[in-house]
Amino acid sequence: MPKLDLVGVSKQYRDVIALDNVSLHIDNKEYVCIIGPSGCGKSTLIKCIAGIIQPDRGQILIDDQPVNAVPIEDRKIGYVFQDIALFPHMTVRDNLAYGLAVRGTGSNQIAGVTNEMLDLINMRERSKSFPIELSGGAQQKVAVARAIATGSYLFLLDEPLGALDALVRAELRYELKRLASDLGLTVIHVTHDQEEALSIADRVVVMKRGRIVEIGKPADIYFSPKSLFAENFVGETNLLEGEVIETKGTSCVVEIAGCRVRVLDRGKEEGERVVLSVRPEFIPLARSSGSGSNGWRGRVKQVTFLGSITRYRVEIKEGLELVAHVPAVSEEEFHVGEDVDVLLDEERHTLLFDLPAEGLENEIALE
Amino acid sequence: MPTISFVNVSKRFGKVLALDRISFEAEDGEYLCVLGPTGSGKTTLLRLIAGLLRPDEGTIYFGNRPVNNVDAQNRNAVYVPQQYALFPHLTVLQNVAFGPLARDNPENVALEMASRTLEMVRLSWRAEAYPSELSGGMQQRVALARGLASNAGLLLLDEPLGALDARLRLDLRHKLRELVKQSGFTAIHVTHDRDEAMSVADRIMVLRGGRILDCGTPRRIYTRPTGIFVANLVGGANFLEGIVETTTEKASAVRVSGGIMIRTRSELLTVNEPVIIAVRKERVRISNSELQLDNVLNGEVREVRFLGSSREYRVRLSNGDVVSSRQFLEGAESTFRVGERVSVGFDQVDITVFSYPPQGLRKELEIV
Repeated sequence: MPKLDLVGVSKQYRDVIALDNVSLHIDNKEYVCIIGPSGCGKSTLIKCIAGIIQPDRGQILIDDQPVNAVPIEDRKIGYVFQDIALFPHMTVRDNLAYGLAVRGTGSNQIAGVTNEMLDLINMRERSKSFPIELSGGAQQKVAVARAIATGSYLFLLDEPLGALDALVRAELRYELKRLASDLGLTVIHVTHDQEEALSIADRVVVMKRGRIVEIGKPADIYFSPKSLFAENFVGETNLLEGEVIETKGTSCVVEIAGCRVRVLDRGKEEGERVVLSVRPEFIPLARSSGSGSNGWRGRVKQVTFLGSITRYRVEIKEGLELVAHVPAVSEEEFHVGEDVDVLLDEERHTLLFDLPAEGLENEIALE
Repeated sequence: MPTISFVNVSKRFGKVLALDRISFEAEDGEYLCVLGPTGSGKTTLLRLIAGLLRPDEGTIYFGNRPVNNVDAQNRNAVYVPQQYALFPHLTVLQNVAFGPLARDNPENVALEMASRTLEMVRLSWRAEAYPSELSGGMQQRVALARGLASNAGLLLLDEPLGALDARLRLDLRHKLRELVKQSGFTAIHVTHDRDEAMSVADRIMVLRGGRILDCGTPRRIYTRPTGIFVANLVGGANFLEGIVETTTEKASAVRVSGGIMIRTRSELLTVNEPVIIAVRKERVRISNSELQLDNVLNGEVREVRFLGSSREYRVRLSNGDVVSSRQFLEGAESTFRVGERVSVGFDQVDITVFSYPPQGLRKELEIV
């Protein structure tokens, strides 16, 4: 069944390197999400796999068979992209049957498969509707089912939810995942939405400037990425430049903004310039508790109620602010102008990265 | 900018009633977010304020002055459409300076204003580029900068962050509010993204099918929404169908499917009334030991959804209903596993009771 390998795939457009020696193995029945900022090469990658673009170098193998020379229609790949491309003059049922009909499938078999597809997406009662009568979400479900109906087991989804309302997207992604697991599909899903990727992928691939910078399980990518870029890209975080003052045992002391904080040692040397990363949800705030606590003293600059969490901007030094997210269930509230302790967990939830040679801003740039 | 008021404004396109007797006010300096699904009338509303459309019925006022018949260029408003239209033959800086120049500012002043605004949207480094050389997201920010630099007092933003990658959108939405507030503009910002609306707005107005369902501060709309659709649109919630079993001055009991009783506040209910119980996902506690809460239900974890900063546990109760619990502050390992028996619970104060919608729950929640 379909597993996929990319070996040293490169693609260049005039002076832009879209893909730079990309290698990737995807297992049979694996659901892989590819994320990265615009222009990182994720769409080029998926188009190379589909056969829409020919790579300049490197090999693409499906089940160990090189497919570089195989035309699109013979790759047996299902392809769904952002712009919903249903035939407007055909009913849902006819849209689903189309792919089979052009392959000369018998009419009995077509009826069977389309019924199966209608059940799969829970749309039996909409079989006679025309696309325009359906919501965007429902249309995209039909597009996915149409691709499945052709019998492919390898699927490329290029921003399949990109054209939909936020709330519809957030539900439909779980349906996509469910379909894929139930049917045992191998899926490569490109998205710009890191939450979408984290929530449904077996593995997440993070790309930047034509290269893969990180591959891993969602929780590993979120909690312990190897690269500063991925750390910042997959979720909001606070990045603070500092210097390692002392290492002792499992923790080390880092000086940031004129204040020494203790964090979990990540194998750094004394005197090393580092970037400390701590996500907003792991910065508890406390009414000033006096000396001895691990963190900074700061002043609340802004409070934004976001529903399940409240977002605080806290200034810890002139021009240096941190963002802290306090869960609403904690029932704790702080006010603008209030002095607070901004606390760090000495044992967990902080990461240390080497200060990038070309500067922090350049390293995490999204464009 | 004077207060903007709509009084019973309707707009039709052929047979479609895009806006149906809309009335609201946006005050000077206010950041009003219009939140609603595709086709709810959001863009129509914005185009009416801009003067690009005329109402079929009702009156739009700027202060005390009716503006139904005032041309777009005399409204002191800048409309930044979803499909930004930059001048292709002008550089980014020249595009942004266009507004100030058109308002007869001397060239050096206009360019100064333009470069300051470009800095705000973090595009100074692309000032000399032409639009075609920029990504979609950058072009959208240039359009935004052009709107800000025009100094028009009223900024009408149609999905201003819509073309951007999710991560960039996260960074920019807080920035956007700051920019608008610093400039003292009134802003009306249309979006279908609830997190964006919650982050930027002084008040959120929820539109559906051309009507206003709710209008209030993010906190009020989130904690005390006027209806089920609004509750769902502004944040994830559990909805359970039930029938009021008993009700006293202090508390009521609602029977949900499978005979499970849920204790709620009194809420002026009537015995035998069909109702919907709503509980926000983050208000649902989850545990594999005893929970001391007003309502504790037993079930089995069916699915764990990892969302980065939080996890959502979907728990199937004995009656087949699924209740979601959203947990923050967990680490890389999930606390509960699929198949595990757990208790979920919530207090009376965490519950909102709504009357049963005439068309049923599913229909009421339908987004588009």
